Amino acid sequence: MENVGVCDEFVNLKATELRLGLPGTEDGGEAEKQKISCGRSNKRALPETEKDIESTGKTETASPPKAQIVGWPPVRSYRKNNIQTKKNESEGQGMYVKVSMDGAPYLRKIDLTVYKQYSELMKSLENMFKFSVGEYFEREGYKGSDFVPTYEDKDGDWMLVGDVPWEMFVSSCKRLRIMKGSEAKGLGCSV
Amino acid sequence: MDLRLPSKVLEHIFSFVDSNEDRNSVSLVCKSWFETERLTRKRVFVRNCYAVTPAAVARRFPGMRSLTLKGKPHFADYNLVPDGWGGYAWPWIEAMAEKSPSLEELRLKRMVVTDECLEKIAASFKDFKVLVLTSCEGFSTDGLAAIAVACRNLTELELRECIVEDLGGDWLSYFPETLTSLVSLDFSCLDSEVKLSDLERLVSRSPNLKSLKLNRAVSLDALGSLLRLAPQLVELGTGSFSDKLDQEAVSKLAQVFTELKELKSLSGLWDVLPEYIPLLYSVCPGLTSLNLSYATVQMPDLVELLSRCSNLQKLWVMDLIEDKGLEAVASSCKELRELRVFPSGADVDETNVAMTEQGLVSVSEACPNLESVLYFCAQFTNAALATIAKTRPNLKCFRLCVIEPFAPDHKTHQPLDEGFKAIVESCKDLQRLSVSGLLTDKAFEYIGTHGKKLRMLSIAFAGDSDLMLHHLLSGCESLNKLEIRDCPFGDTALLENAAKLETMRSLWMSSCGVSFGACKLMSEKMPKLNVEVIDEHTPETRPDSSAVEKIYIYRTLAGPRLDMPEFVWTIHKNPEIGVSHLAIE
Repeated sequence: MENVGVCDEFVNLKATELRLGLPGTEDGGEAEKQKISCGRSNKRALPETEKDIESTGKTETASPPKAQIVGWPPVRSYRKNNIQTKKNESEGQGMYVKVSMDGAPYLRKIDLTVYKQYSELMKSLENMFKFSVGEYFEREGYKGSDFVPTYEDKDGDWMLVGDVPWEMFVSSCKRLRIMKGSEAKGLGCSV
Repeated sequence: MDLRLPSKVLEHIFSFVDSNEDRNSVSLVCKSWFETERLTRKRVFVRNCYAVTPAAVARRFPGMRSLTLKGKPHFADYNLVPDGWGGYAWPWIEAMAEKSPSLEELRLKRMVVTDECLEKIAASFKDFKVLVLTSCEGFSTDGLAAIAVACRNLTELELRECIVEDLGGDWLSYFPETLTSLVSLDFSCLDSEVKLSDLERLVSRSPNLKSLKLNRAVSLDALGSLLRLAPQLVELGTGSFSDKLDQEAVSKLAQVFTELKELKSLSGLWDVLPEYIPLLYSVCPGLTSLNLSYATVQMPDLVELLSRCSNLQKLWVMDLIEDKGLEAVASSCKELRELRVFPSGADVDETNVAMTEQGLVSVSEACPNLESVLYFCAQFTNAALATIAKTRPNLKCFRLCVIEPFAPDHKTHQPLDEGFKAIVESCKDLQRLSVSGLLTDKAFEYIGTHGKKLRMLSIAFAGDSDLMLHHLLSGCESLNKLEIRDCPFGDTALLENAAKLETMRSLWMSSCGVSFGACKLMSEKMPKLNVEVIDEHTPETRPDSSAVEKIYIYRTLAGPRLDMPEFVWTIHKNPEIGVSHLAIE
């Protein structure tokens, strides 16, 4: 039974146009419609051109990456929400951060959430890079060492580690840098 | 000569008839059998709450002790049914409170349950024992408190993946000290922390407690003390499995796990840290059911765990298991009956590529009892489907979700028609099927030809024309539930096969090409069906040729619903279209 005619009817009738988005969302609709035409024409195209249409189809699929299809993949919202929570926890503000130390050949990465306070973090960094950070004073910064632990916060500013409450630090820290020598001297002084 | 058996004898005979399918057959034999059966039926299942009125059910089954209701269509799980569509529990609870006050058990799925409902249950059913809510919403923890305080003989309270307004963990404290009958408690979907001391006391005074599923807020430390109080547990859902414990606490916890001699089912394991997985090794050999679908455990740790689970029958896991992990399952879990692999990434782009069709093939080849599969995967091949079909003709439920819509066989670039053909040809007892990937009308011709026992079918982004629907409706003799989205068919097949819909429970179609005119026509011709047009963007006057967003059609004895929101249209809302000749009681 010929179904080409049926397909043509559909292609011509705008009102019965197949769309993957809700009516009114033209963009998503357009991209998806093209995808569908490609999918359908797969069957009717000549064998040699199948691959071409196929690859176009694939590009169409890839191009609107965040034009989410409602309810796809078919995963219950309850489950989706719980996966999302995990992702936020793992990718979120400051779980794994890069640590660089001036003079060291390569960087390290640490998970800030395994620590509950600054002293734990310091001990871990000291072990990792084999140095000693000196003592922290609220007004004077770190005294007794050439090394000063600093971090880049969400605003892109370089801050002294230890000034803000621990939770605030964890949520705003993007990366750590252990400064050494003359550069560090400036930060060590109080403002 | 009166050959009828006395009703007392019939009653006695029917007391041995358990399954409702059999009871339904029994009730069709003759009037006296119908009468006796209805007076003796204790457990009633209403699989579409709009198919029949609460009053009619209460009237027919005065001896009802247990009621199971389902509300929204299955695709509501994927946000395809707008909020406010319906599925309200209240009319049922109100009716039963008045007419069946001896009701003891209520099991609701995909329904809207309010605090008012829960309070009514607590106030009306003196001997209430079992409340199981699956994928329900609309209530808060206050409603739970009402149940806890009033139901003196409560045995089961289970909240499975419900959306609950969480006002805090106090509700648990409302269980009175006199309540000692608890057998099963599941509050895994709640967020708030409950008072540990109250939970401990509840567990201590519940000698019959067999199933306990905690929420994420229950710490690992707390778990230890709870398990010490309930070593008899058969089912355990842990809370968060990630506190940092010192060595002594860890070995104490390990010890506690070895005491769980009856444990058959394990779930939860939220945030489980890899170093804690060995704690579970002692219970693995006894497990028949393991739900790791919320635990982000990586493949190597999964292999270690699963290779110890030789008696496992049911495994739910994320695609973090990868093909290698499934190979380990294949070699260790020979008793496996059900496998579900969920995607760990939320989007198409984030699919785990180390899990392919090969994983499922390994399990199919090696596990002789495998009969139920749910598998999310980036792509698939016809060859893999053919192997699965050949090695597992005993499949009853096969749900494959190729995450990328229209994805062809990734090796041959052909549609997956032939693969699914193999499945339906070989698996003669297949009752549930979900198809995906690139599919033409041919796939549906095969399904129509061979899927004779198929009861439920789910389809998305597939087919070319009306033929696909025609094949299904004219071929699948046992078809009961059909749900289709984003497929390019129109009115023809639907109208030609309209009569089929009276033999089915329901049909869902969304983002397809069915016109408003066809819906009106169906509504006029088929008075035993409710044809619901669900369209959030309803234009003032809708032309007959316009395609509708969503259609939900179901057979019903109850006539038009009285609780339809604005965005649901049925013909009963259009008085000029001959409502007078439609039977409305």
